[in-house]
Amino acid sequence: MLGVYNPARARLKLLLTFGGLAVLAAAIWWGNANLSSYNLRILNLAGINAILAVSMNLIFGFTGLFSLGHAGFMAVGAYTCALLTLPVATKDSIFLLAPLAWPFSVITLPPIAAVVCAGATAGLMAYLTGFPVLRLRGDYLGIATLGFAEIIRVVANNIPSITNGALGLKGIPSFASNLWWTWGCVGITVFVISRLVNSVYGRSLLAVREDEVAAEIMGVNRTYHKTVAYVIGSFFAGVGGALMGSLVTTIDPKTFGFTLTFNILIIVVAGGLGSITGSVLTSVIYTVLLEALRPIEASWRIGPLRVPEIPGLRMVVFSLVLLVIILFYQRGLFGGREFSWDRVLDWIDRRRSRKQGVRA
Amino acid sequence: MKEPKELSVRGLTMRFGGLTAVRDFELELARGELVGLIGPNGAGKTTVFNVVTGVYRPTAGSVSAAGVDITGWRPDRVCRQGIARTFQNIRLMKSLSVLDNVIVGHRLRLKSSLPAAILRTPGYVKEEQSMARECLELLDALGLVRYANAPAGGLPYGEQRRVEVARALATRPRVLLLDEPAAGMNPSESMALCQFIQRVRSDFDLTVLLIEHDMSVVMGICERITVLDHGETIASGEPADIQANQRVIEAYLGVGFKNVAAH
Repeated sequence: MLGVYNPARARLKLLLTFGGLAVLAAAIWWGNANLSSYNLRILNLAGINAILAVSMNLIFGFTGLFSLGHAGFMAVGAYTCALLTLPVATKDSIFLLAPLAWPFSVITLPPIAAVVCAGATAGLMAYLTGFPVLRLRGDYLGIATLGFAEIIRVVANNIPSITNGALGLKGIPSFASNLWWTWGCVGITVFVISRLVNSVYGRSLLAVREDEVAAEIMGVNRTYHKTVAYVIGSFFAGVGGALMGSLVTTIDPKTFGFTLTFNILIIVVAGGLGSITGSVLTSVIYTVLLEALRPIEASWRIGPLRVPEIPGLRMVVFSLVLLVIILFYQRGLFGGREFSWDRVLDWIDRRRSRKQGVRA
Repeated sequence: MKEPKELSVRGLTMRFGGLTAVRDFELELARGELVGLIGPNGAGKTTVFNVVTGVYRPTAGSVSAAGVDITGWRPDRVCRQGIARTFQNIRLMKSLSVLDNVIVGHRLRLKSSLPAAILRTPGYVKEEQSMARECLELLDALGLVRYANAPAGGLPYGEQRRVEVARALATRPRVLLLDEPAAGMNPSESMALCQFIQRVRSDFDLTVLLIEHDMSVVMGICERITVLDHGETIASGEPADIQANQRVIEAYLGVGFKNVAAH
């Protein structure tokens, strides 16, 4: 953040950033047109997982709040977005238990507005629950937020006039099956959270994580900073939930059980607490690997020997991979490090000077 | 009208359940003074610091800084009122760089809003740059600038103490509370520390309150000393008087020490 300013390198970095974004945009454009819907779905899911992992990393990795409420905020986001995007005619046909409450019964918003509303509702919920809950520390906070997520799920099950109860919502418009949507949201999430973390406000978040008491004595308003991280993280959890609802097109309270939170937690820890790069890349690896490992569950033959199919075997393999990561990379694959052009350019410089040294 | 004291503690009592850690503690610091707070382990010295800086809310009594009553204020508000401290067991943000540690102290004067910081508005960028420059100047003044980008946790012990002082100074305090700055230092390091404290006091126009066990440090630089034992103030005065005070000697060495020495 605060280094020696080098104009030539700054220009080069800007150029590289735009170049990189252009390559990514081209890849998204190509992928949308040419990939099978199965592969597209995996990539979209990877993007959604990335949004969720980066937002959890802000709360847990950077600010040190051990919060397990992610699934709850996703549920809030998913229901909000679904209710705002479902066409009125569809709503009439799926709400069998009780008629849908006003104003959801009459309005339909464009996806962008609905996703923003989804994030805002989740953020508001975080603000309201954060007030009592963020006074807790460590494991206690984890238990309280886990309880909050369960409350959301149970409430969703029991207010049929808004959530349609256990039947859930079907036929949600699937705008999120487009790579522009999911990876565009990844871009916005990464932009906002990395800017936040690298700002002076971000230093204060890290200070709260490292030593709450010392940070407060140095004039850092602890409650304010925790709330900021919690609300912004939950906003993006809501966005991620909204996109997930749109991708799978049907949601019900069971979708948002606590295993969802733990999947994201696995990605965050494996990628490295305090590394946005780690969260994004690990989300992709995790999502793709989970699909790629499917064949090992099928039955296969070695000569005359026939191995029967073993459902769930990929989760065994996955657990082993996780064990290896935790054993050999205690701080996650990326530790607290981030990708930066400076790192890449320094590496190239070093290689070049080494080669010249050999020649001379 | 008389100028209000930089720090004034009146009738301070702090009870934890049945234990009275500090009873009826009184202290006044005039501007520019360097005062020592001493006493055996468990006498309640750090408790006084914790109450003054807002970590604990006192059971009774009041604390005021420059005429403003700050009793029971949140620590970050106390800090804004111009009171900074260091800790007995160093509490730096270990994985953050030395510069970032100091920036966290400097941060309370940041004016830009959170959205401005995320959007990196020109105003914010300017503020961030001047903040970094000021922090580097501060580190330079304290002879720490060569560590600016090193993780604070990796520094030698003595240097970590100095970084803690730098971080406290970055908040631009009027009163600096130092909790056992010489702990774990050898005599020559303690001597250097004494000079450091005196220099910092005059360079930054500070009032200093110092907790210390190292008598050479306390007697060498403090202008006044208050002695605590079991939460009670047993003596208060100039170093020479304190050294001769019978109750202080008893508190440190036990009753009957003189008799033992006479044999």
